[in-house]
Amino acid sequence: MILVTEDDFSVDDVLKKIRNERTGAVVSFVGVVREEDRGRKVRKMEMEAYKDMAVGELSNLREKAMKKFGLEEIAIIHRVGSFSPGDNIVLIAVAAGHRKEAFAGAEYLIDEMKKIVPLWKKEIFEDGEIWVEGGH
Amino acid sequence: MKIKVKFFASYREIAGRSEAVLDLTDGSSLGILLEDLKGRYPKLGSLTDSIIASVNKRYAKEDLVLKDGDEVALLPPVSGG
Repeated sequence: MILVTEDDFSVDDVLKKIRNERTGAVVSFVGVVREEDRGRKVRKMEMEAYKDMAVGELSNLREKAMKKFGLEEIAIIHRVGSFSPGDNIVLIAVAAGHRKEAFAGAEYLIDEMKKIVPLWKKEIFEDGEIWVEGGH
Repeated sequence: MKIKVKFFASYREIAGRSEAVLDLTDGSSLGILLEDLKGRYPKLGSLTDSIIASVNKRYAKEDLVLKDGDEVALLPPVSGG
């Protein structure tokens, strides 16, 4: 499952969908809006996507990770729109036979996503705003 | 030939628009299109880093030759997740 959407997600619902009878481990990563970044108080965060290309790049990443780590299933949901501190931004959920592949696959997916998927984050502070460049 | 150009995030704000349609000589490369855009939008031209772009929703190199109806997007450094 690959989604780029304005809607929030239920981690439980997604985890139920990706597991099957061969699953021995499920790892989920949820990225959340922090209330502070590099010493500045975040009021809002905006997330923009080149939606069609982002879905394409995420699908390619999913295929690569499935093969590289021998995973059973992967779900990636990335939200776009305007957010407040504490809101969910991204969910990566991985089902595998064993925990090592599941952890490694989830970490690979979030790291690669931050490098190549056309998504952009703007942080709005009390006293200004910036486009964030590069994952951190 | 007509090329549709999309601007995202900081590039959208710099160009002051999210889309444009450009008429280019047949056989022009992505690099030629980018040079043309830097001329039209001087603030894009003053960026020190080279501009990453996609053609038809795939990352592309500057020597790629464009075709009529292609969709080019200018992509600032990404920051998802």
